[in-house]
Amino acid sequence: MRTKADNEITLEFPSRSSNEGFARSAVACFAAQLDPTLNELEDIKTAVSEAVTNAIVHAYPDSIGKVWVKARIFPGNVLELTIKDHGRGIPDVERAREPMFTTGGEERSGMGFTIMESFTDQLAVRSASGKGTTVTMKKKLAARMKASK
Amino acid sequence: MEIQAKSADRNLLLELRGELDHHGAKDALRELELAVDAALPRRLVMDLSGVTFMDSSGIALLLRAQQRMQLLEGSLLVCGVPPQAKRVLDAAGISRLVTIK
Repeated sequence: MRTKADNEITLEFPSRSSNEGFARSAVACFAAQLDPTLNELEDIKTAVSEAVTNAIVHAYPDSIGKVWVKARIFPGNVLELTIKDHGRGIPDVERAREPMFTTGGEERSGMGFTIMESFTDQLAVRSASGKGTTVTMKKKLAARMKASK
Repeated sequence: MEIQAKSADRNLLLELRGELDHHGAKDALRELELAVDAALPRRLVMDLSGVTFMDSSGIALLLRAQQRMQLLEGSLLVCGVPPQAKRVLDAAGISRLVTIK
């Protein structure tokens, strides 16, 4: 049985690039209750930014679709981030995760998944052609303060 | 995202300010191209000390700058990199490709 989350939020917004800053800041505000270090907070913002940008650039290249971001806090100071879209999907996830691979042209570096991997503890990518992509990341934060019930 | 360009004697300094994400990088890429086309510099310095957030979109911008300078047979130096941006560059191994001070 899955452990129940202590707290959670869900954001839903259209895939406009102006929402990238909103998404990472909103998740950082939510994560603040875990009393993260500045580095941890920046890591969270960076990972969210990469995943949301992927959805905006790759899931809906020629249209505006919906992007969902869910952040959940689990016992033991674990933050789980889920970024989901119903876009065109990634045909080859393994290849997309390789450093420097991109279909996004010169605006993109192909380092998004590499950075998500390096800034969190766990990264899972599920994708189905024409149905969308779900990226799940987990990060355990250093326990600096006793969690209040 | 705001970019201020200063040039003299084919030296171009670009000072970047604000959030360098995909949204901000679109303008930054355009500004970079315009400034390089106007100055045709031998030496390009990109000062990131005013960047409050950067993700992999910033890497694409730096790689583009590097490419433009290689075509001009000039050099690129990136300086004033804040800690968060530095971690992004390190995770991507960019210091092997771009000179960072």
